[in-house]
Amino acid sequence: MNKLNPKSPAPDIPRRTIDIVNASLKRRHAQERRFRWIGAFAVGLGLAFVVLLFADIVSKGYTAFAQTYIRLPITLSTEVIDPTGTRDIAAISGANYNKLIRDALYQQFPEITDRSTRRQLNTLLSVGAPDLLREQVMGNFALIGTTSEIWVLADDDIDMLMKGYIDRTSAQEERRVSDETIGWVTQLEQQGRIAKHFNTIFFTHGTSREPELAGIAGALMGSFYTLLLTLILSFPIGVGAALYLEEFAPKNRWTDFIEVNINNLAAVPSIVFGLLGLAVFIGFFGIPRSTPLVAALVMTIMTLPTIIIASRVALKSVPPSIREAALGVGASSLQTQFHHVLPLALPGMLTGAIIGMARALGETAPLLMIGMIAFIVDIPSGFTDSATVLPVQIFLWADSPERGFVERTSAAIIVLLAFLFLMNLAAVLLRRKFERRW
Amino acid sequence: MHAWMLILLLLALMTVAYQFGIKRAIRRAGGIAKISTLHSLPSYYGLYAALWAGIPALLLMGLWIGFQDQLVTSLMTAHLSADMLAGQSEGQIGLILNDIKNLATGNIVSATVTPEVQAAADQFARLQQMSVWAMWLAVLALALGGMAYAWHNTTPQMRARNRVESIFLIVMVICSSLAILTTLGIVLSVLFESLRFFEMVSPLEFFFGIDWSPQIALRADQVGATGAFGAIPLFTGTLMVSLIAMLVAVPIGLMSAIYLSEYAPRNVRAVAKPIIEVLAGIPTVVYGFFAALTVAPMVRDLGAAVGLEVASESALAAGLVMGVMIIPFISSLSDDVINAVPQSMRDGSYALGATQSETIRRVIVPAALPGIVGGILLAVSRAIGETMIVVMAAGMSANLTANPLDSVTTVTVQIVTLLTGDQEFDSAKTLAAFALGLTLFLVTLALNIIALSIVRKYREQYE
Repeated sequence: MNKLNPKSPAPDIPRRTIDIVNASLKRRHAQERRFRWIGAFAVGLGLAFVVLLFADIVSKGYTAFAQTYIRLPITLSTEVIDPTGTRDIAAISGANYNKLIRDALYQQFPEITDRSTRRQLNTLLSVGAPDLLREQVMGNFALIGTTSEIWVLADDDIDMLMKGYIDRTSAQEERRVSDETIGWVTQLEQQGRIAKHFNTIFFTHGTSREPELAGIAGALMGSFYTLLLTLILSFPIGVGAALYLEEFAPKNRWTDFIEVNINNLAAVPSIVFGLLGLAVFIGFFGIPRSTPLVAALVMTIMTLPTIIIASRVALKSVPPSIREAALGVGASSLQTQFHHVLPLALPGMLTGAIIGMARALGETAPLLMIGMIAFIVDIPSGFTDSATVLPVQIFLWADSPERGFVERTSAAIIVLLAFLFLMNLAAVLLRRKFERRW
Repeated sequence: MHAWMLILLLLALMTVAYQFGIKRAIRRAGGIAKISTLHSLPSYYGLYAALWAGIPALLLMGLWIGFQDQLVTSLMTAHLSADMLAGQSEGQIGLILNDIKNLATGNIVSATVTPEVQAAADQFARLQQMSVWAMWLAVLALALGGMAYAWHNTTPQMRARNRVESIFLIVMVICSSLAILTTLGIVLSVLFESLRFFEMVSPLEFFFGIDWSPQIALRADQVGATGAFGAIPLFTGTLMVSLIAMLVAVPIGLMSAIYLSEYAPRNVRAVAKPIIEVLAGIPTVVYGFFAALTVAPMVRDLGAAVGLEVASESALAAGLVMGVMIIPFISSLSDDVINAVPQSMRDGSYALGATQSETIRRVIVPAALPGIVGGILLAVSRAIGETMIVVMAAGMSANLTANPLDSVTTVTVQIVTLLTGDQEFDSAKTLAAFALGLTLFLVTLALNIIALSIVRKYREQYE
């Protein structure tokens, strides 16, 4: 670059190499600083994305962990609930709780008597409120015949109003809540009859069309069954495959082919596994769709490459001296593996399995193909019940137009991320506890 | 009478067989004192018995459950009176059979329940019950038979360890072959359905047509009844979203990898690297939600502020978020290859008087280039196959456009749209999804093979 022809420069300016270098130093150092800054900026941008993502989700979702309730003095009269006085379960569960709640509500607003305004008043409360009251009474028969102050679930619009997502000062046409309703809510607020409590419904109920009644319990159980079966299937198969490929397989075309296959499967788009599940498991074998069983089969196939690769790394890290010592005292090659190598490699394999499970927990696309997006209210109680899983529930809720579902979606994401965090933490701790330097 | 109960029972039987096998072996050897006359350790005789009790029975059970439904249905169909099925098309017969099954399991029935159907349903339920009982009997008999065989075979001379070990080895070979079965399953299932699709729509139209509207009309007189399957708009949409994603991810990912591996102090690197890698662990549905509810409105408002009209489901929003998702792939893969460049090359460059950034740009990056390119190719294949972000944030309508502010659709979006909900397997609409899936699989496979071979070759270069 700095080739210098000693003859060409004019004799009056003696140009040595060092002068040229010195002259360019300033520019080069500026360039150096610039480059460094760009690098630091890129790292900062990456970190900023992480922070932005989490801040966005948390700020949208944290309010869903509280829910608005209205305290009403409800007269649980014996005539309505248990007319025969025999504590007959069927009669008690069939009673008209809706009427009890409405009467209590009308009592709070004695000035409202005409039917259409009363109908509007009823929209303060959730349509699920009577069912919740029934559950409460069924759990405690002593309530029957008493008048007690009971917190009744409010409608999602009221909930949004209380959480400040609906601007009370805006024009009436721009919001879902009328001026009258806002007046009633203000009146209830002044009486201390409306308040936010911890949202237990979110953790104990299945999904619902009503935001205030929608919970993640069904999706959580679906995810649990799916992951459990996935782990049961994929871990032994993955370890077996890794053990064979790493320790027993002869080096030939066939094993090379298997290796290439595994590496490529790890990079196949997940949606293709959904197509496989649809065509083979549902179409060919006739396994019922929307069940944890078929989801687990798809997830097993999807996580196997991850587990096999991690298990092989774990096996590689066990030093050959262990194997030689075992073989030297007369163990068979299988005894060497199962008694000595495998126990030493197990923590690494478990770490790989946990990471694979974390991937499976967050996976959505293939499950859309195999019918996990059905609207299922019931909480599944087995591997062959119709179910949905947490990420698919998030996808479904994200599509719902109600404002109340936005915060619930974010809250479900927070729960999902919390589980992922715990699983990764477990993997890290496991690695740290059992990691050995040979 | 659940299948799980039978499996549990079989496991219990295997435990019993294990214990008996050990006892039997010791007794045949002539008591605990003469145990050294046994060929293998007593526990191997136990395992031998347990495997004989379990494996044949489990295999039988799997086969039975797999074929029970077909067998029972064909038995029931044979019993149906001929006039009930006479003159009916195959589809109608299928409908009747479905009704009968639903009636037997207590589900909702589509047609009115005639006495014949009721009788058939009763017959069906009876047959099913019988089949379950027969399965229990057969499986348990086989398990006990296996146990008896092992019991009979247990002699001190029997090479129990070798036999057990060869079974274990076979099981491991089967496990490792599963990867091939999976690939085969993917290829066959997708290929088979795609071929059926290409019988209805010519491949030429599919790969080079520019009009995509897969709606098939239910009635002949409906508007737009033909359905068009030209996939070019999907390919261009996929490419555009991926391109935007790479424009975000490659500079940020590469520069942060360079900074973290060459400049950053050890403690900064120890903190920043795992935090950036958190981005790779976040489920894609979360990115989709973020793209649809935060980034897309933001992009639209920004566009409106400078006077641009931005679709509410723009390719830009989906591509930006996808780029964020891909940053850690690029950065950690580049980090690996940059670290693999030998220190001697850096030292040589410094010795010539180059600054650090000159060393990086003129020596390290060129040396690491094959690895970086491989990493980028892997990231491209990842972007093409990504589903949830585009399903939630990109559009459904197939526009052939080069404007990133417009709404586009991608291959994966269409696969999801065509296949969600209930539908049968023989319409061109559903089969089109498999043709798209095949295209996607082949393209990503090619990218992966190229990328992996580049990375491997690069690794060998410096080892």
